[in-house]
Amino acid sequence: MERSLRLPDDASPVLEMRDISKTFGAARALSGVSFAVHAGSVHALMGENGAGKSTLMKILSGAYRADPGGTILVDSAVADIRSPEDALRLGIAVIYQELSLAPNLTVAENMFLGHEMSRRGFSDRAAQEARCRFILQRLAADFLPSSIVSRLSMGQRQLVEIARALLADARIIVMDEPTTSLSEKESLRLFDVIEDLKTRGIAIIYISHRMEEIYRLADKVSVLRDGQSVGTLTGAEISSARLISMMVGRDISTFYKKQHSRSQGEDVALAVQDLGDNRLIQPTSFHVRKGEVVALAGLVGSGRTEIARLIYGADRKASGSIAVCGKVVDIAGPTSALENGIAYLTEDRKHLGLFLDMNVSDNVNMSVMPRDARALGFLDRGRAKQRTDESIHALDIRGADEGTRIGQLSGGNQQKALLARLLETEPSVLILDEPTRGVDVGAKSEIYRLIDELARKGMGILVISSELAEVIGISDRILVMREGRIVGELNNPVGAPVSQEAIMALTAGEEQGAAGIQAE
Amino acid sequence: MSGSKRMRTLVRLSGMLPVLILICVGFELMTGRFIAVGNLSIVLQQASINTVLAAGMTFVILTSGIDLSVGSILALSAVVAVTTSTLPDWGLLGIPAGVLIGLVCGLVNGVLVSLVRLPPFIVTLGTLTAVRGAARLAAGDTTIFNPSLPFDFIGNGSFFGVPWLVIIALATVIASWVILRRTVLGTWIYAVGGNEDAARLAGIKVPWVLVFVYAMSGLLSGLGGVMAAARLYAANGLQLGQSYELDAIAAVILGGTSFVGGIGSIWGTLVGALIIAVLSNGLILMGVSDIWQFIIKGVVIVLAVTIDRLRVSR
Repeated sequence: MERSLRLPDDASPVLEMRDISKTFGAARALSGVSFAVHAGSVHALMGENGAGKSTLMKILSGAYRADPGGTILVDSAVADIRSPEDALRLGIAVIYQELSLAPNLTVAENMFLGHEMSRRGFSDRAAQEARCRFILQRLAADFLPSSIVSRLSMGQRQLVEIARALLADARIIVMDEPTTSLSEKESLRLFDVIEDLKTRGIAIIYISHRMEEIYRLADKVSVLRDGQSVGTLTGAEISSARLISMMVGRDISTFYKKQHSRSQGEDVALAVQDLGDNRLIQPTSFHVRKGEVVALAGLVGSGRTEIARLIYGADRKASGSIAVCGKVVDIAGPTSALENGIAYLTEDRKHLGLFLDMNVSDNVNMSVMPRDARALGFLDRGRAKQRTDESIHALDIRGADEGTRIGQLSGGNQQKALLARLLETEPSVLILDEPTRGVDVGAKSEIYRLIDELARKGMGILVISSELAEVIGISDRILVMREGRIVGELNNPVGAPVSQEAIMALTAGEEQGAAGIQAE
Repeated sequence: MSGSKRMRTLVRLSGMLPVLILICVGFELMTGRFIAVGNLSIVLQQASINTVLAAGMTFVILTSGIDLSVGSILALSAVVAVTTSTLPDWGLLGIPAGVLIGLVCGLVNGVLVSLVRLPPFIVTLGTLTAVRGAARLAAGDTTIFNPSLPFDFIGNGSFFGVPWLVIIALATVIASWVILRRTVLGTWIYAVGGNEDAARLAGIKVPWVLVFVYAMSGLLSGLGGVMAAARLYAANGLQLGQSYELDAIAAVILGGTSFVGGIGSIWGTLVGALIIAVLSNGLILMGVSDIWQFIIKGVVIVLAVTIDRLRVSR
């Protein structure tokens, strides 16, 4: 702890990255990026996916080596970071999107993983837990050092990661999209922790696509575009219009593209009657009209994804019926859902959506292969190529030809390819679960445009989203879920949009229902 | 297939091909009689049964499964084939009988893995043991002979100078390639191995894909049993096919197929099976003792895969 005695003066940054470049083969990921962070401040890093944020942070954490010519200064001294161990020794800790904890071990074991305290060769559990308890208290954590990590919520796991960074005496903590898997309430708690870390003189590099978070937390924002620094905004200069135009290099005046009017008639595309699973989802009824975009809002854990999976047949329903375009259909599983015109975009495209080792063509054609197949199940490769080319063109999937391995594309382009797979099945009902998660601004606006276009063509669209601005921006009607049931319905016409507060009031419920979830 | 993909396939295949060539050249330099038409023909024949088993194993491992029962199924099929071959006038029925019993065993594996959802390792460990017992039972726990085996041409004859064993093995490899690369089912096999959850959500009938791969492995083990019986004019439930599953798995892994599924090619498996056969043959030519053959083969397998990993990660 002696480090904290040596407070850096305000003028000199605790970390400075100067003129950092990185090339992969012929591709230039970063060219001459400079970036400085001061102690006790939150410095946000923004940019579209593929702009170079992750590469820059990987260089900082020792996962990649920068090209010769760049310099990294920690406390104004040149730092040579060759490995993650080097970075940690300099007080740099990275908390990744995919948390890196061992779920079967306790909190204390995880925090000391790799540098266990020991006595005569045996691990000293008591000493570890005491040290661990001290740090958890500082973070006002509501779990014990002896808790098993797999029983913790995502928010609590994140705290464990932060505690691990503090244990290692980190002075610079990088958080990469920390709120993606957190509920609203957990996010708020994380923000409190971040404020607390700031007062302790820790510098935080905060990567996020979410404007509200940037407003709330950031003292400075630096924007990267195509591997170059575009600029840094401080304090009052930070505005979403400026940031978006810096990120995309052009002005986005109509970000949400809702232009379709839902006066297309009253024909129902999807009707759900008394659908329930005997666990979380109480028997629920609702409908989506043709040409209508209905948003399903609610906290994480309120049952939004579960209800979507029931409709799609991914999980077995216990009660209820589903009708598509007025006809009751029997959905035994995803295969029959697709045959009956229901398509579902998963919220977790890496684990539940894409085949990362396969190429773009296979990924796009996966669901229509049996329809296209020739006799004896032989592939129609001409048709597959045609579908792929058309999708790449129609959805503007960049950096891809049919043979590109899909894992090499950026998040936004992966998402578009996954959407293309759904659209190839020509569904009448489209269920989109967090369609813009982990997607950059440019791709985001294209996905909004696409949703609008599909609605105008008469598709019934159900969108699950945790971003209230998005919910309000794209939907005609909003259903709010809480604890497995629909607790409210709000009309959201173009002229008189619903307020975020109105949705929030419904999601939280009168008695602040979310409080019960935290208790063990 | 686009140019870049073909190039990648070539690179992946060539990963082990140079190793194979190197070993061949090495043996030729050391013995002076390895690369002779007669000897190469023997090597190919020795590789043939393992190639057929390894082809089936490739299907299974591509879905991130494993089939430990292939050696036992081979023994049972051989016993059934030889027994059936003694039927007067209907002896040729031994071929379909042997293949069919293999298919049935494979179906049992497939149903247990896909519908009962038991781990493949445990299911096939069970059938490895049970089918071995069934083979001994069927043969009355002795070796059964048929000196006038009606389909002995499979094991000992040749067609325009090419041994039938080699033709069958090559045909199996080509048929496997067609299924894996040119049919919907083949793409689904890669998809299930790459990401089973995503496969289900994409509308793929995952249970059928799994039943198919184990059935295929069983069927090819049955074919291997017929080949072994035809070569020996005999079958025996106790020793035949013992630890063949290990050679088959080794061939698949040497061929660059990923143990976690989703990545691999049948051509790689062929090269892998050839490496194993060449090693056995070459070491025998050099007069290396049986004991040392095991040690050297084990070391080469691990070494070859290590080299491959280093090459890929670079």
